[in-house]
Amino acid sequence: MSDAVDLLIIGAGPAGMAAALAAAPSGARIALLDDNPLPGGQIWRDGPHAELPPKAREMRARLDACANVRRHAGCKVIALAGPKRLLLEDAERGWLLAYDKLILCTGARELLLPFPGWTLPGVTGAGGLQALIKGGLPVDGERLVIAGSGPLLLASAATAKARGARLGRIAEQASLGAVGRFASALWAWPNKAWQALELFDATYRTGSHVLAALGSERLEGVRLQVGKRVEEIACERLACGFGLVPNTQIGEALGCALSDGAIRVDAWQASSLADHYAAGECTGFGGSELALAEGAIAGHAAVGMLAEARALWPQRQRWQGFADHLNRAFALDPALRRLAQPDTLVCRCEDVPLSAIGGRRGWTEAKLSSRCGMGACQGRVCGSAAQFLFGWQPPAPRPPFSPARISTLAKLADAAESQAPDLSSARTPG
Amino acid sequence: MSEGRAADVIVIGAGIVGAYCAHALARRGLDVQVLDAGLPGATAAGMGHLLVLDDNPAELALSEYSLQRWRDLAPELPEGCAYRSNGTLWLAENPEELAVAEAKHAVLSARGLACEMLGAQALRETEPELRDDLLGALKVTGDGIIYAPNTARWLLESDPARIRRQRAEVVEIDGNRVRLADGTWLAAQAVLLANGVQAGTLCPELPIVPKKGHLLITDRYPGKVRHTLVELGYVTSAHNATGPSAACNIQPRPTGQLFIGASRQFDSVDPAVEGWMLAKMLGRALHYMPGLGDLNAIRSWTGFRAASPDGLPLVGEHPQRAGVWLAVGHEGLGVTTAPGTADLLVAQLLGETSPLAPQDYSPQRFFGDTAHA
Repeated sequence: MSDAVDLLIIGAGPAGMAAALAAAPSGARIALLDDNPLPGGQIWRDGPHAELPPKAREMRARLDACANVRRHAGCKVIALAGPKRLLLEDAERGWLLAYDKLILCTGARELLLPFPGWTLPGVTGAGGLQALIKGGLPVDGERLVIAGSGPLLLASAATAKARGARLGRIAEQASLGAVGRFASALWAWPNKAWQALELFDATYRTGSHVLAALGSERLEGVRLQVGKRVEEIACERLACGFGLVPNTQIGEALGCALSDGAIRVDAWQASSLADHYAAGECTGFGGSELALAEGAIAGHAAVGMLAEARALWPQRQRWQGFADHLNRAFALDPALRRLAQPDTLVCRCEDVPLSAIGGRRGWTEAKLSSRCGMGACQGRVCGSAAQFLFGWQPPAPRPPFSPARISTLAKLADAAESQAPDLSSARTPG
Repeated sequence: MSEGRAADVIVIGAGIVGAYCAHALARRGLDVQVLDAGLPGATAAGMGHLLVLDDNPAELALSEYSLQRWRDLAPELPEGCAYRSNGTLWLAENPEELAVAEAKHAVLSARGLACEMLGAQALRETEPELRDDLLGALKVTGDGIIYAPNTARWLLESDPARIRRQRAEVVEIDGNRVRLADGTWLAAQAVLLANGVQAGTLCPELPIVPKKGHLLITDRYPGKVRHTLVELGYVTSAHNATGPSAACNIQPRPTGQLFIGASRQFDSVDPAVEGWMLAKMLGRALHYMPGLGDLNAIRSWTGFRAASPDGLPLVGEHPQRAGVWLAVGHEGLGVTTAPGTADLLVAQLLGETSPLAPQDYSPQRFFGDTAHA
């Protein structure tokens, strides 16, 4: 009934691909899962309008050549199914997969913060816009404003410009001083300095943040705070990203300890749970170079190639330095907590405004009283926003970790016949 | 040690039972202080199914009376309480269950409750998503659903002059006074224990045990199901009072989502969702509605019902602790029977004639003939 592998890798972005390639020479039976159709993660997302860098193409080709790496595309982890076994689902089926070692490369998602008008058609995340464009969304001739924080704004702008969007502004919330200090230290990572120069755009402004998306039926413009001034810019698209939130849910459910909202790992990328490793953005934001180093270390370590893993420590340390530098520079301004107005929707699945959850004592109380977070996104968007706005800790994850067919969940009956006593029917309902 | 008279009555527990009692006491002009520790209970976790049950005459009397009180209150309830009178269908899969449905129909009809037998064809037309080989169903028209967390809060906010609420954990009850976790003592004429499954931590002598339940909710599929669908299987299968069990219970929410229950476990105090139990529960629902398999589930969770040995609540004065009153042990029927519980409690507390026979629910039944210590 249930398949088994020696090493299961969840997530086929840079970290997961590097982990699989590092572990493959051991001959271990490896499964590499991802909920996208093709490996590459968010940064190397494929699509009709995507141009993959040579490194991504090369890694993908090498993976395809590994007979002992089985890829499961379009596949999600739904639930734990007993010790070292998971319930998975793809478009066709739900099934159980047992493993001996696991590497979590579950990446990160964009932090979206509520502000007036953010639910208008035409407003997306910054990474979200990039993904949509790679997937074929036409933006030719459209006026675009990008706002939020971090290097993703520049990357998203470059993708949009290459597809003919007219960039009106990149509004970075971090101060000129912080961004300046970051830029002046980039000499230590020359390829990053070049990348920054290539991506730089004349409309880039620091100390700027979005105040409101304007328009009635769809987006017509954006109101920005630029230093002490307020400015309005007409546009058809607004892309806002306020940094990344590590996807820790599966790790948390397994029992891996967290630290600063990310999965805690040691020098071997091992989590607090034996035989369970983690690499890439789910262990803290660091960019693709760090993810590649971490993924390779985890892959080597998981199959006992410790010398090879250790040889990559200096490389990881170098990119960890860059990541630390970046995270300091783009720390979020507390003023962003005040963007949402009482009638601004915080939970867009269930149409819950800020006024319905402000003043509650925590996430569970807010959820029970307002339906905030009860929708199909399972609180991924509003839960992270509420954490930033109010400091509320979301509760421990429960299955299904992603929306899943009931027929898939029913397969959990196969998981633990031994754990389950004989059943008779219940005495009363309710 | 500071001590003051907090109110006429201190209510411990702000779930649906505590909230309804506080509301009823305030309507009689009493000042009420409601203390709640914010611990998990049944109100926030349950399905909010309002239903008449007739396992025994006392249960029938309490649920029937309470259902009428909910229907009376319905026009006042705000939309957030999500009250609907959508009716329950008791599904019969074999001749034995059909006979049980007919017997139930006779009992309820005799009391003047609106209900009708649906034959196989009528059932298929009423709920086309059900498997098509069911023999029929008993439809109980006056049953309904409600969203209990918001209803409890609405009841507590109904009289701000008389009902004061405080987030506080009670760590000791001593007659008509209570000690909070911060050391403060509060006193009142009466202390009402309405904290469900937590009752045993304050009064270990109470025969209350937790019964764990799992629930699951789907994405929105408006119009798929209209009535709350419950299997009758429990009546005809071997009675098992202690082992884990699952039964089909499918409830349409006003959002178009479907609630799927129900499970019972006696041996667990771990709130984790257990895959095997969830799967057994979904298996029962799939048995009755195979098409459910293709619908997306978006969340599952667990809760704990506060069960008494005979399945009936304990409502009345504590036989061994003067000044302490009880409204606990409602198991899966706390939301349904909160109005009746409140009326029973208020009548006894004020020495009035009760609308229901109080001895059937008296805590005394578990304490032999002992009088007040």
